[in-house]
Amino acid sequence: MATSRNTNDLKFGQGKTLFVITYLVLLFLHIPILILIIYSFNESKFASHWGGWSLKWYLKMIDDYSLWLSVRNTLKVAFVNTIASTILGTLAAIGLHKFNFKLKNLLTNILYLPIIIPEIVMGLSLLILFVLLNISLGLVSVTIAHITFSISFVVLVVLARLQSFDGTLEEAGADLGATPWQIFWKITYPNISSGIYAGALLAFTLSVDDFLISFFTTGPGSTTLPLKIYAMIKFGITPEINAVSTVLLISTTIILLLVSYFINKGSKDGNLFLDV
Amino acid sequence: MKIRQHTKILFLPYFWLFVFFILPLLIMLVYSFSERGSYGGVRYVFTLSNYINSFDPLYFKLFIRSFWFAFISTLITLLIGYPIAYFISTSSTKIKSILIFLVILPFWTNFLIRIFSWVVILGRNGIVNDFLLWTGIISSPLDLLYNDFSVILGLVYGVLPYMILPIIASLDRMDKTLLEASTDLGANRFKTFYKITLPLTMQGVVTGIVFVFIPSLGQFVVPDILGGTSSYMIGNTITNQFITVRNWPFGSAMSMLLMLIVSIAISYYIRYSEKKY
Repeated sequence: MATSRNTNDLKFGQGKTLFVITYLVLLFLHIPILILIIYSFNESKFASHWGGWSLKWYLKMIDDYSLWLSVRNTLKVAFVNTIASTILGTLAAIGLHKFNFKLKNLLTNILYLPIIIPEIVMGLSLLILFVLLNISLGLVSVTIAHITFSISFVVLVVLARLQSFDGTLEEAGADLGATPWQIFWKITYPNISSGIYAGALLAFTLSVDDFLISFFTTGPGSTTLPLKIYAMIKFGITPEINAVSTVLLISTTIILLLVSYFINKGSKDGNLFLDV
Repeated sequence: MKIRQHTKILFLPYFWLFVFFILPLLIMLVYSFSERGSYGGVRYVFTLSNYINSFDPLYFKLFIRSFWFAFISTLITLLIGYPIAYFISTSSTKIKSILIFLVILPFWTNFLIRIFSWVVILGRNGIVNDFLLWTGIISSPLDLLYNDFSVILGLVYGVLPYMILPIIASLDRMDKTLLEASTDLGANRFKTFYKITLPLTMQGVVTGIVFVFIPSLGQFVVPDILGGTSSYMIGNTITNQFITVRNWPFGSAMSMLLMLIVSIAISYYIRYSEKKY
């Protein structure tokens, strides 16, 4: 970082106006979230009307059985999704990276599609498929949908890691008589494991966070946490939703900070979340 | 030998993507040319009526509005995103990583919750109205929610980081000594920006535009939570056709038109990127 290329002696872009704009916009990004946290301690039964400090919405949240059921559903879906999409995505990334073949460009481009097409189209087309194939709408269909959109993200992350990995090591392994299985576990895997874990983390986060695609592919009795939050927003807003948001915000932040700390410790590539 | 290896390793993931990604889109395409059957079903009789109906002023208006909302929010995010990206990219390494962290941090909150927070702020009993009533500036609450303003605000709020991050990336890739060279040769800061910085970071700008425009265009959540019926977007109508009206062929046709607009935007983006390299 200390190369002359990156020094900014003339202070380009560091004027007062830009300074003010930047911090104002950062406030714009963060104040709504801070307000939610403050309002989670609101005594009033209206989510947006201040009525004094109270912890009662946290107590109500702890007793909310349907909320915890939705948390359990979310974790089930996210767990299966993480394992399946990480395996499928890693296979695709290795296949695309290692081999040169005619359809390589086409197959690579297909992977980008689930990332860029409107979520609503993806969710509804899956709904059509599930109904047509008589797959009942529930946690299984939601999990299938999550795996479908997570694979592409895993491939992107693992592929990025593979590109900075010296492939000649694998050839050396093959020359010395290692089987493809041995080459993968002894050479490839240790070198790209940080990418695989980052991909898995991304798949987990996307799954826990997904609303729209779950909304279209779920059925009765299979509410996930974002779906529960949506129902709380649409039907009967109480400060309980602020309390749920606060707990969710704090737990995600802690988990992601811990995970990024451990992953960054394992690789010197810099910040996981910037790579993604 | 090699061919067999790659087909083996690629078979599972691509089989999955074919069955659960490509196939559903193909079925949706077939549906969009089919007739609506009784009880929300589909009759496989070829018809163009779903596409013709999409251009009925009632629905076409929604396409125009979605396009307009997406355009406005892209423009706003670009106008505020670029200066911020510029400031962040030129900051010292330590401050830069903190600022980037602060731009990414909101992503860690669920999108629904982030959008909902504006209900708490702008609602009739919300913070802004409470404050204005308390100060006596207004005597009855303002309707700040459920209109075009709140939808565009929500769109900008939801997608702003998607604009800032690619521009930071392209500014970081730019050779900063060019700025010094330009200054040495007598160009002022505006000229340097206009002639050097902006052209060299167009790739980031275009990437940001695509990342912001596409999710804005197909939005469901923002207009659903922050908008009224008069500010609904195409995503709300498509959802309505599928869930409430149960006219799946019509909903499919509108989805395909949405896909068409998105594909045009993406092909333009790809052509632009290839021209650069």
